[in-house]
Amino acid sequence: MGTLNFVVLIPFLAAMLIPLFYKKGTRLHIGLLPMIVAVSLFSYLLFYIPQIANGKTFLHTISWIPSYGINFTAYLDGLSLILALLITGIGTLVILYSIYYLSENEQLGHFYTYLMLFMGAMLGVVLSDNMMVLYVFWELTSISSFLLIAFWYQRKRSREGAQKSLLITVSGGFGMLIGFLMIYTMTGTLSVREVIQIMPEMTGHGLFVPAMLLVLFGAFTKSAQFPFHIWLPDAMEAPTPVSAYLHSATMVKAGIYLVARFTPVFGGEGIWFWIVTGVGLFTLFWGSFQAVRQTDLKALLAFSTISQLGMIMSMFGMGSVALHFGYSTESVFYSQATFAALFHLVNHSTFKGALFMAVGIVDHEVGTRDIRRLGGLATIMPITFTVSLIGSFSMAGLPPFNGFLSKEMFFQAAVDITELGVFHMDTIGNLIPIVAWVASIFTFVYSMIIVFQTFLGPYKEERLERPANEGPGGMLISPVILAGLVVLIFLMPNMLGNYIIRPAVESVFPTLVTEMNLGVEISAWHGLNTALWMTIGVIVLGILLYSFPRAWRWIYAIFPIGWSLNTLYNFTLEQSVKSSRKFTNSYMTGLLRHYLMYIYLFFILLVAGAFALTGSYDFTISGNAEISIFEWIIALTLIIAAISILFAKSRLTAILLNSVLGYGVALLFVIFRAPDLALTQMVIETVTTVLFLVAYYFLPEWKKENESRRINLSKLLISIGFGASFTAVALAVQNNRLFDRISTYFENSYELAGGRNIVNTILSDFRGFDTMLEVVVLLIAGIGVYSIIKLKAGNRGDKFENQ
Amino acid sequence: METLMIILTGVLVTIATYLVLSKSVIRVILGTAVYSHAAHLLIITMGGLKKGNVPILGDDDVSTFVDPLPQALILTSIVISFAVTALVLVLAYRAYQTLGTDNMEELRGRKYE
Repeated sequence: MGTLNFVVLIPFLAAMLIPLFYKKGTRLHIGLLPMIVAVSLFSYLLFYIPQIANGKTFLHTISWIPSYGINFTAYLDGLSLILALLITGIGTLVILYSIYYLSENEQLGHFYTYLMLFMGAMLGVVLSDNMMVLYVFWELTSISSFLLIAFWYQRKRSREGAQKSLLITVSGGFGMLIGFLMIYTMTGTLSVREVIQIMPEMTGHGLFVPAMLLVLFGAFTKSAQFPFHIWLPDAMEAPTPVSAYLHSATMVKAGIYLVARFTPVFGGEGIWFWIVTGVGLFTLFWGSFQAVRQTDLKALLAFSTISQLGMIMSMFGMGSVALHFGYSTESVFYSQATFAALFHLVNHSTFKGALFMAVGIVDHEVGTRDIRRLGGLATIMPITFTVSLIGSFSMAGLPPFNGFLSKEMFFQAAVDITELGVFHMDTIGNLIPIVAWVASIFTFVYSMIIVFQTFLGPYKEERLERPANEGPGGMLISPVILAGLVVLIFLMPNMLGNYIIRPAVESVFPTLVTEMNLGVEISAWHGLNTALWMTIGVIVLGILLYSFPRAWRWIYAIFPIGWSLNTLYNFTLEQSVKSSRKFTNSYMTGLLRHYLMYIYLFFILLVAGAFALTGSYDFTISGNAEISIFEWIIALTLIIAAISILFAKSRLTAILLNSVLGYGVALLFVIFRAPDLALTQMVIETVTTVLFLVAYYFLPEWKKENESRRINLSKLLISIGFGASFTAVALAVQNNRLFDRISTYFENSYELAGGRNIVNTILSDFRGFDTMLEVVVLLIAGIGVYSIIKLKAGNRGDKFENQ
Repeated sequence: METLMIILTGVLVTIATYLVLSKSVIRVILGTAVYSHAAHLLIITMGGLKKGNVPILGDDDVSTFVDPLPQALILTSIVISFAVTALVLVLAYRAYQTLGTDNMEELRGRKYE
């Protein structure tokens, strides 16, 4: 029960156990544990191949948050099987390689923990059927990748690369999450399988296109498509096993997987076709174009990865048109592009993994990966040379390696797509094979650079850090196995095609499965067709370009170095920090007055705005009590006294004027039938006046405020505005009683509380809590006053600062 | 009467706001004192004015009283505002003693000088 879910959970379990074993200090290498995990998962998954090839799928659900429809559902079909096999298979080889690659002095416990975390997260991404769970694992891959890139966290460049990749992939992840939520809004389910059933009816929905764009945004950032590819070259600061595993074989394929998985959801629409194909093709071209100018082998491989991912992406785009037609002979014709994409996905993982490992060996043995310092290693490192040769030639698309087959199919698909009758294909569609062809020429050139400039030519020992030697046997096992696979797949492509790729194509086109066989018979020799002529052209032109670099290298000078997306990224990052700091400093002045002004202005705008917008201003004076002459006099006195405070020359005048206000208020309380209030007010006002006098005796003299006219004017305007809006609110509410007052209840105070003074019974009986806490306030204030005066902290703070 | 009272509180609020926006601590504290006067007046005004007797049950049979609830609220408020004013005054005194200034602009710290 739920065995499939354990495939995802076991790596996490291993990640928890690794530190435990690492601390024990056993003599066995700590890498053995993850290795065993990866091998057993791989072999376990192998057993599914025959059943999957027969069209079966597997589904296991573990309930997680059922009330929200979020369950940990593991779903295995052809597409997830391919990815899961790549993850565990290449994972095994990478762990084996890293056991020999990393020195015992490194923090291996951390390394393998992160790696296992990543493996589990990646398996979670490809095996999850629930979109929310998929998203959780998706972010986990971002985080574990971040940790692995910054494995050598002492280096600045590692930290920067990790930060960049995290920022880009996580923002893509957020976009994707929003896209998922939109899909949920449209379909009401979080299960991808159910979404595929419902979605074709939703193409007219307003959220359809935004959801599509956001999901693609997530996929493109993860798979390093243009213009989000810039994190991948910087991620090369990671240890080489990480680069080989994450940044060529697995994590960057998560975006590809997402596009493949959501092709039946969104595919068949022109916008999906053009975005996926267009971005893929441009990335293919741009990556290969940029790869040629790199001098660092890993950077070169990074750009080549970007380029190859673009190629796979574009093929998925071309394949998606098969959904447009429903079932017909034409749809078979176009679904072959998807077959080619999945085929190349596998091929790319094999040869790129091998190449990264070979580069790692070179770096490990001679201490540099700068191609200007390398050369003539072929006789010294024959095995590494052979592996690189196989990998590069396969990448360039030469026989007898698997890259040749996938490139042929790619060209075939690009030519076929021009015959498509829809989506404006007759005009700009013709560009597709041309771009693909040009990009392949560059691919050929940089593939040649990897092999020939590293391994042929003169041996420059004086420029190397260590004299070259063949790498240790253990390190060579994994690249040799991968290179062997490269040749094996070329020799027996249909084995892979029938058992693994065909079921995967079927899961990309679930609607077409029942109608026909989507498999493609791959053969190395089709006869002399267009695709083969294109390959011959690539080889001829590629050799010419490689031989005469001076003749065409000037095109790189057209774009100045500064004009890169990296510059834009750095500029944005710098500016956002700088401008937010500037913005904060501009209004956080530290001056009380400014903060008060913001508060007042906000209040004024809110109140005035509310009155202006709602038009609810209602002002009546009908219920007013009449005013006697005596009250007029008091009110006018108070107004005059208040205004005079502003013009007071000395602090004594100001304090006395304030007392006038206080006693005036007490008088008003008398008139308003509030004897207790009048009493309290009188006493308190007296004490306050005394307090003011005492305190002001110790404070400096009341000076005239020498402030600019502008400040005085703004103070005046704000005060008047605030006072006016305050008055407006008070006037508006004064006669709008919604309910009767509740005070009739308190008039029973004698029956209920045994007191005749209603105010006092309220204070001590009905609402005694208020009074209790008010007493506490007074107490705290008293303690505060006492401690402020008595306790001297002294100048200790200064002393510490001066030390 | 209510309208007059509201206008009076409006004037008090305006004055208090102007004082609070000042540079010297003394004026700011005085401003808060004026604010509390305005608030108390407003509360009692909102309860309705003069339409009834003093809220004390006497022997004479009077059926209407002014609203006692706002009065209780104000009584609480007066005490609290007194406590706060006292504390703030002492704080100003102590700040002046330690720092030698009552100017808000100088009180904002070294970072802005």
